[in-house]
This record gives sequence, structure tokens and C-alpha cells, in this order.
Amino acid sequence: MSMNRREFLKRSLGGAAAGATAAGDAQAFSLARPDKQLPPQALGMLYDSTVCVGCKACVSACKQANGQPAAMPAELARWNEGTWDSAQDLDGRTLNVIKAFVDGTREVKDREKDGFAFVKRHCLHCVDPSCVSVCPVSAMKKDPKTGVVTYNKDACIGCRYCSYGCPFGVPQFDLTVPFGRINKCEMCSHLLAKGGIPACCDVCPTGASLFGPVAALQEEAEARLAAKAGSRYEFPRGSLTEKRPRYEGVVAQYADGVYGVKDGGGTQVRYLAAVSFEKLGLPKLPEHSFAAIAEGVQHTIYKGFIAPLALFGGLVVLVWRAVRRAPHDPGRSDPSHGSRPS
Amino acid sequence: MTTHAAPRPVGGRLFTLPVALLSLFVAIAFYYIGVRFYYGIGAVTNLNPGYPWGIWIVVDVIIGTAVGCGGFAMALLTYIFNRGQYHPLMRPALLGALFGYTLAGMAVMVDLVRYWQFYNLLLPWYGNPNSIMFEVALCVMAYTLVLWIEFSPAFLERFAHWRGMDAVRRALDKAMFVIIALGVLLPTMHQSSLGSILLVTKAKLSPLWWTELLPLLFVLSAVAMGYAVVMFEATLVRRAFRTPSELPLLASISRVMMWLIAAFLLLRLLPVVLGGHSALAFTASRDSLMFWLETGAFGAAIALLSSDARRRSERTVFLAGCAALAGGSLYRLNSWLIAYQGTAGWSYFPSVPELMVTIGMVCLEILLYLVFVKSLPVLIQPVPRRNVNA
Repeated sequence: MSMNRREFLKRSLGGAAAGATAAGDAQAFSLARPDKQLPPQALGMLYDSTVCVGCKACVSACKQANGQPAAMPAELARWNEGTWDSAQDLDGRTLNVIKAFVDGTREVKDREKDGFAFVKRHCLHCVDPSCVSVCPVSAMKKDPKTGVVTYNKDACIGCRYCSYGCPFGVPQFDLTVPFGRINKCEMCSHLLAKGGIPACCDVCPTGASLFGPVAALQEEAEARLAAKAGSRYEFPRGSLTEKRPRYEGVVAQYADGVYGVKDGGGTQVRYLAAVSFEKLGLPKLPEHSFAAIAEGVQHTIYKGFIAPLALFGGLVVLVWRAVRRAPHDPGRSDPSHGSRPS
Repeated sequence: MTTHAAPRPVGGRLFTLPVALLSLFVAIAFYYIGVRFYYGIGAVTNLNPGYPWGIWIVVDVIIGTAVGCGGFAMALLTYIFNRGQYHPLMRPALLGALFGYTLAGMAVMVDLVRYWQFYNLLLPWYGNPNSIMFEVALCVMAYTLVLWIEFSPAFLERFAHWRGMDAVRRALDKAMFVIIALGVLLPTMHQSSLGSILLVTKAKLSPLWWTELLPLLFVLSAVAMGYAVVMFEATLVRRAFRTPSELPLLASISRVMMWLIAAFLLLRLLPVVLGGHSALAFTASRDSLMFWLETGAFGAAIALLSSDARRRSERTVFLAGCAALAGGSLYRLNSWLIAYQGTAGWSYFPSVPELMVTIGMVCLEILLYLVFVKSLPVLIQPVPRRNVNA
């Protein structure tokens, strides 16, 4: 009898031990499931920091398109009488924000030393998004065709695991209201449905924010990287799929290639910049998604819920053996003697 | 020997000075909870766009349920390893677990910002089987129910003179082995998953804490904390209510706990060393300080229990329990909050109202514990007594 129990414990611990060996291995992520792949018709954006002039028209347009008030921090209110959207960072009422990297004397644009550079921050619409993986009630969904990551407030319970897990700090809850919701860029899905394009790309005067199919955007990004620094270049504006007058500019000395091709398993919003992406607040991420690790480990342990059921079966047998001499409850000192008050 | 020893209500006055003080803190907490529901969570907490989770989640829920693992840890020993002699510690451990989990559930409801849709977790078309949070939520709900059923004999005994109670009791006795098995399975699942929740934060969590072994480390430390809380609770209860000493049992539990912590520390430090992150522990940073506080607390628990002679001292066992609780709590606080690097430009430290809610929750737990042991058969007593003041 005790042999059987030992045998059972040995077996049930076997799974945990296997996991331990795998994780102690130098080859990390052995438990990770394969990364998800970019949908063939994926839609995205290309943001080129070197073309951005920091006008924040995109911030303002985003708020209008998504029905959110302009942000006005108290410390700026003295000179800014409500005419200028001064959002400082992503928050419950700001889905898109222009931020600046600055160094020293801030003399030259797109230079790391004594220079500055702009960056546009919003949801990157990950290829294998953490928020979709972690959401307990499927409020975060990735469109199987366009790959756009959307939010359903009717499903959301407000646990904020999406905010906690997102490597970019994107999904945000509006903390100032009693009945709020999570807010994040949904690539203006409501405008896309009507044949439009995201508001931020629509109003961008230089094409720094460009909308289009991810594959075409990637080609465009690579063309800029291939062009000679300092040469003239016609930057497409709005959307790659429409013909707008182009913005004539100069190709910058780009720093690190394209951000978002592999970073964190890939993103549908991609970046070009002349300063390092980390300086712009885009984190250095491994080439695989974190959702792949978390789901891989969890599904390895659970084996499609067979493992917990097997464990449960074993536990029932063991407990039954422990209590079968006399049915009793947890905590009764001695079931054969009357413990009930008379 | 008291062969007829059985759990009996301690009795005595319910409304004492400690209870009044505890109630005051509970009232303050409920005031701020009211403010939170009326004005929004930002009106009470220091949560911000960079730090979406604060102490309500990490202390009240993550640490709170680990401290509530006494019932799980004792059931493991009593029923799975078939050590029936531990029965006297079972019911008080279950009571602690009951409040640990029930109040953690309450804390979740206070923290959820779309709480009115909470039931979506139970609607199959919303449930996300890939989500570790989904699994944790269902497991914790189910386990809280299991704990109430496991503890229900205390009510059934107390009200045994009511009609029909005996029939309920007999039916429950027959099914109890399934409930007990669930009471071991569910915490194994969700306590390990509380570690798995952090797997996705690899870019934000210090490598001193992030490893694929997080689920194993969380369940091991949860069981260790379960024994620690029994050692802690039993000592305090013996002193307060002058119940018979369980020191021989506590001594052998403390030995189990010591080995568990040793195994935990080995698996805890291995990925840090093998992954080449040990240098991080020797930099002058908040993370390294917290790492050593945490590791030191676990180390102290082992050192305190390192010989038979030490384990026979009630004081040492109690201190070791405290050290293990501190280590396990710090491990959770560090991995979930302190070593978690939120979005750049943001930092988090709890506000006073936020702290008052957490303190009030702990006070409510102690208060309910006192009321329950005084009025229900929880603690073993050699002879029925009429009045014990505490």
C-alpha cells in the first residue's frame, strides 16, 4: 500500500522534475511554444522618427477620433489655454503620444550626443501579443486577418493583467473614474471599417506616421535604409495604398535597422530612427514572444488538463485510504470517539 | 494523554479591547473602500500608468493566499502522506486558510476596475484557456468554496441540535474525501500559477527573480509558508487561549518546512547562478538589497531549525515560522512589485489610504479568527471550559 503511494508521488513529481531539468538547461525557452506568425494581410504602421517634426497633430487627431479630451497638465496650464494637447505619456485618456529623447544641449535633431529625437508611442500590435494571451476573459483579441489587436469592454473585468504584462506599457486603465475601461490604440478600427485610415497617419504632414499593409511598409522601410544618407527622398504620406502628394525630405543616417521585425516576436507597428531604439524607450527584446514562453510552460505542466485530472484521481485514492477506516472530516481529532457536543 | 480531546469553542466574551481596536482599523478600511467605489481606484491608490498593480493585489491576494496555505500544507501531510497524528492542527489551519482566501477574494473585487462584469469569468464564451489568470481565478473561487465545505463540520457540530443537521453531517462525511482531494489539487494548481503569471513579464522583471521555474518556486514556497503559518498560529493560540501544547507536532512540521525551504533555495539560486546573473546580487541597488533580505530570512529559518534540540524549543519554532513567513512574503513582494520594472518614468509606493485598506483586511482576518475560535469548535481542548479570557 505504501509502495503504491510512493509510486504515485514519484510519478506525479516526475512532470515537475522534467520541467526543472529543462529550465535549468543552458538552452532556455525549451518549454516555449512556437511563436505565432504575421497574418498575410496584416495591417500596420511605419513611424520614421527622422521625418517626424514633433507637431503632435497625430496626438490631437487621435483624441478626436477616439472621443477623448485633450490632456492639460496643471503645470502647463499657465501658458497653454487649452489650445494645445499636452499629453505627457500614455494613460487612460491618451492612446497615442509624441515623446522626445533629449541629451545635453539638445542642439541637433536625431543625434544622441547633445541632440534630440521624437518618438510616437502607442500599441505596436504585436504579432504574438502578451495582452491577448494573458486576458482571462478574451477581452483582448487579435484579428485573424488584419492582426489588429482590439479591446472589448463588455468582456473586460478590469484585472489590468494586460497593462502589467505588456512589454511596452500600452493598455491603460483610466484611474480617475469609478466606471472606467482599458484604453489602447486599436488602429482606429472604427475608421478602417468605413474604409478610412488611422487618424494619426491621416493628419501626419510629413508621412512620419504611415499606414499600410505590413509587408509593403517593411519594403518601404528597407528602401529608406538602402538609400544613401543625405540624398533626397519622397516620403509617402497617409497610407501606402493611396496616392497623396509626397513629402520631399532627406534620408537620415539610420541607427539600428527596423524595430519590430523580430523584436518580442515581431510587431505590426515598425520604427525607423537615427538614435538607438532604447534611447527612444523601445525596449530591447528577445526574438521570441513572451506569450510563447508563458503558454508553453503552462501547457507543458497541464498537458491539456490531463495532468490535473490524473493528479486529482491519485489524490482521491490517497485521501480515501487515509480516511476509510472511519469517515471523518478534516480537523476532527479522533473520529472513532464522539467529538460532537452532546 | 487526553484521548477524548476534541475541538470545542473557547468561549469567553466576544467584544474585548483587541476586538474593538481591530474593528476600528476595519472601519477605516471600509471607509476608503467606499471612496474607491465612488470616485475610482485612482482616488485612493498610487497606481499609475507604469504600475497597474499595487499592494492590494500583491499583499492582500498573492501574500494573503500564501499565508492561507496552512490548510493545504496540513492536508498534504495528514491525508496524502497519511500522518493522522496531525489532525489536531488541521481545523485551526483550515480556519486561517478560510479567511486568507475569502478576504483575498474580497480584495480582488475591490481591485477589479470592472468588477460588475466579474461573472464573465464563468461564461464559457469569454473564458481564455491560454490565460494563466483565468486558471487562477477559477481555481481560487473553487478552492474558497472547498475551504468552506471543509470547515463546515465546525458549524454542523456547533448546531448539531438543529433538526436535519445529523443527516447533512453524515452525507458530508461520505463525500469529504473528494473535497479533501480537491483541497490539495486546487492550491497546487493556482499557487504554482501565481508564479506562472510572472513568466510573461520577462522584459520587466529582474533576472534575479525571473526563471522558467517560477511555478515550481511559488508552489514550494507556498507549502513552506503553510507550515510556517501553522507554527506561528499554534504558538500564539496556545499562549492566548491556554490550549494544550502541540510542540512535538510543530517540531516535526518545522523539520518538513526546513527541508522544503532548502529545496526552494536550491532551485531559487540555481537559475540565477547558471544564467550568469549572480553579479546582480552584488550591485548596490534596491533589487540586490531586497534579494538578500529575502534570502536571509529563508536562511534564518533554516538556521533556526538546524538541530533536533532547536526544534524542541517553542520559541525557536515560532521564530523560524516568522522568518519563513517573512522570506516567503518578501519573495512575493519582490517578484510581483519591487523587482518589477514598470514603464520608464513611473514609480510606485502605496498611498496611506491604500495601506489602510490592506491593514484593515489583515485586522478583519484576525478579528474573524478570534470570533470563530471563541464561538465554534476549532481548537482542541482537554476538558470543556466555561470561560477563558483573551
